Amino acid sequence: MKSNNNTIFWEDERVDGAEKVNGKAKYAAEHSLPNMAYAVFVTSSIAKGSIKNIDTSKALAMPGVLDVIYYANCPSVPGYISNAAERPKNAIEWRGHKVLHDNKVRFFGQPIALVVADSFESANAAIRFVKAEYAPESFETNFDKARLDAKNLKTNSNYKRGTEKKFKEAFAFVESEFNIPIEVHNAMELFATIAHWEGEDKVTLYDKTQGPKSTQFTVSRTFGIPDKNVRVIAENVGGAFGSGLRSWANVPAACIAAKKLNRPVKLVLTRPQMFSLVGYRPQSWQKLGIGADAAGNFTGISHEAITNTSRYEDFREGIVDASKFLYACENVDTKYNLLPLDLSTPVWMRGPGEASGCFALESAIDELSYKLKMDPIELRLKNYTTINPENKLPFSDINLKDCYAYGINKIGWKNRPTVPGALKENGWLIGYGMAVGIFGAGKGSASVRIVLSNDGKLLLECGVSDMGPGTTTAMTILASEAMQMPIQKIKFKLGDSDLPPGPSQGGSGTTSTVGSAVDLACKTLQQKLKEISIKSVPVFAGMNSEALEVKNEMVISKTDANAKMAIVDLLKLANQDKIDLTITSNGKTAAQLKFTSNSFSAHFVKLGVNPKDGTIKIFQVVTTGDAGKIISPKTARSQMLGGVVGGIGMALSEKLEIDHKTGQIINASFGGYHVPLHSHIPPTDVWFVNKPDPNINDIGAKGIGEIALIGLAAAITNAVYNATGKRVRDLPITPEKLGFKSKV
Amino acid sequence: MKPCFQQDGRRSFLKKSTSLVALYLTPSVFVKAFAVDTIVPLPIPKEKLTITINGKKLNLEIDARTTLLNLLREELAFTGTKKGCEMGQCGACTIHINGKRTKSCMQLALTHQNNKITTIEGLSEGEKLHPMQVAFIKHDAFQCGYCTSGQIMSAVTCVREGNAKSRASIQAYMDTNICRCGAYQNIVDAIAEVAKTGVKI
Repeated sequence: MKSNNNTIFWEDERVDGAEKVNGKAKYAAEHSLPNMAYAVFVTSSIAKGSIKNIDTSKALAMPGVLDVIYYANCPSVPGYISNAAERPKNAIEWRGHKVLHDNKVRFFGQPIALVVADSFESANAAIRFVKAEYAPESFETNFDKARLDAKNLKTNSNYKRGTEKKFKEAFAFVESEFNIPIEVHNAMELFATIAHWEGEDKVTLYDKTQGPKSTQFTVSRTFGIPDKNVRVIAENVGGAFGSGLRSWANVPAACIAAKKLNRPVKLVLTRPQMFSLVGYRPQSWQKLGIGADAAGNFTGISHEAITNTSRYEDFREGIVDASKFLYACENVDTKYNLLPLDLSTPVWMRGPGEASGCFALESAIDELSYKLKMDPIELRLKNYTTINPENKLPFSDINLKDCYAYGINKIGWKNRPTVPGALKENGWLIGYGMAVGIFGAGKGSASVRIVLSNDGKLLLECGVSDMGPGTTTAMTILASEAMQMPIQKIKFKLGDSDLPPGPSQGGSGTTSTVGSAVDLACKTLQQKLKEISIKSVPVFAGMNSEALEVKNEMVISKTDANAKMAIVDLLKLANQDKIDLTITSNGKTAAQLKFTSNSFSAHFVKLGVNPKDGTIKIFQVVTTGDAGKIISPKTARSQMLGGVVGGIGMALSEKLEIDHKTGQIINASFGGYHVPLHSHIPPTDVWFVNKPDPNINDIGAKGIGEIALIGLAAAITNAVYNATGKRVRDLPITPEKLGFKSKV
Repeated sequence: MKPCFQQDGRRSFLKKSTSLVALYLTPSVFVKAFAVDTIVPLPIPKEKLTITINGKKLNLEIDARTTLLNLLREELAFTGTKKGCEMGQCGACTIHINGKRTKSCMQLALTHQNNKITTIEGLSEGEKLHPMQVAFIKHDAFQCGYCTSGQIMSAVTCVREGNAKSRASIQAYMDTNICRCGAYQNIVDAIAEVAKTGVKI
């Protein structure tokens, strides 16, 4: 890639590409420590109740088995103590299910014991010899049934501006209900923790986490030990999509076992356990009403939602948020309740609540457009706003109109039939659909260490993680641009809690937050280099640092091109083997806080519905992103492609199935839970506005992880309606929901 | 073969039905039709295995219950081969056995006496990457990198076996390999490019 002076500074490829294609990149479970033991969870076979007894004798008698840890023999964990007065001062109570702690069963598949053996085979062979006797209790896992009784609901938050339910007085309105089932992240890498106590109060963990620093904090507070005595290493994370934003049972269980046995312990979840132990997108019910006047101006939006949580923890997300500010509308009211069920706790899953919320909002707008006999894009343009109507602050930047223009042209929107079911091609009923996504664009604080060595190499470090989007690459590119030096000489290190504090990778905030810190670190280093130049180099003596610039690995005078010095020579002259700085970049400035910042997307879909059996084939997707400057074009494009794949799964196949008689998840495998495969994916075009947002941060970049997916499911159901006249409001879309009999 | 299971004397005809479960759950070579909770393996069944991995012949003594995947990852430190499901459903553990792509999680190591195994580590020659690995980087055919080894091992046989004639045929052949980050389009681009160059892989 060329910069404006035609010097090649960086290549458009992942900097960690080689080690990921040759198998050398190591993920959590792939580390090996001397004398390491293997642990496997035994899980409950009831949904709720208590355990009367666990017979571990047979398992313990098996060769290679070292221990079976359960509530009766689990060592005391400071963070498991509920009573704050009894808890050591530096401990914080563990949030969520305290694994191996008591004899209560809170959900089907809950870990009730941990078999530890000297090999994986021995541990795995022993788990089915651990026999638990239960006293079962009645339970509820049926969301659809339980939500109907208001007594089961926990009020969460309500919002109102203008008049409630105003949409009902409109010239045209729709009011519809939407259902989205539980979806599971199912990253390819299984959750795994290797715990190694190096001393009584000092532990090192190899862990699958989106936040090495947050896991460090969780572990130190759970075990009541100093932060600095906990090291969490996560150099490579094999996908997580939100599931790695908190620590789950595997973390304390591995720590407990390693401490009890006084040897390192590796604990890897199984794929079925990935369905119940590491979070999921909660099931949701939504009711959305929206009305417009004859010209198409929205007069009222009412958005009500219920999402499930567990009995032992509240999990809430931004499911009704986009309805408050994506479009201009004076009368908006939202209601959001939680429904506790006897399931494990949900967690953010890519796009989180906004993906569920925008499915309802963007479907309803499409539905309204047919009532108004208006093009759905025209209807959205009619209610376009550059000011956030909820907090009345201007968007830091919004270019959705450009996204619409690109998508209209690229997908061939002019071919879209205005009457549903009117277009046939090669035997397929053809439909076009589009929808919008929106997500908050934050900027938090992060610290970066920057080290310039006298061999000319630049090292940057931050305790963030890279679960796949290409943070390592984007940060290296940013440093390359800021320093105007070749990318090959730069290394960005992450994935270790010993590095300067960085955020967890999530909420589409990493590029903005860590990128700002990298940018600031480079600028600080450049200033330092200028100061050294003025002090140590005769030709620069007496000059002002503003008169100098750092580029091409040199310090150069802006006024006299001959006055220059190579950085390596400068360090030698100044007798410094390196410059080593750690800087902290803070959250938004007062000026930046005068704006509300979001990333936006618009997705366009052309698909066919087979009129004989209701099967759906997506022919083309055009996905557009408005997220400021795109730092790393190649990896950003890949992230958008991934969002489309995730959105196709959400729309067409993903659904967790629970047997409500037993509370058991019955499709806890890739055989039963269908994620998109190669042949489900249509040709997809990715386009970015790629214009720096002047009001978010110094680098002008916003996140894209969430907007890549948010809205996509609605674009698909809208296209299905356009093709067939059948409006599907319950995901996933199946032939039965289009009026076709199941083939099974 | 040494006896490795010992009955505890509670075997009952009434429990016969569960023996099917035992057959399913336990390496079939060692299971007589015993009920699942009446058998205790004693001692750890060790067996000799001669196997060639990435061109190197190894003489091993292994726990007979070990899958090829766990042998590679836990015993021999070939962690490039990934564990994604242990049910043969995701393809992350795909390797080549005597040149044919195989899901190593579904293979007992002992059943591969004298076989030749190629893992992702054996694809490149030292630092020199295999053309498919180069194409994967060029087309950014991965994000997190966890399914990548399996995708590449399948991609190589896809081209070798003549299944890369069209995008649709590549997709059909590659449906065995799940990528949750959603790099599918770029993976197909990479395979199509390697197939087009006609380079012998």
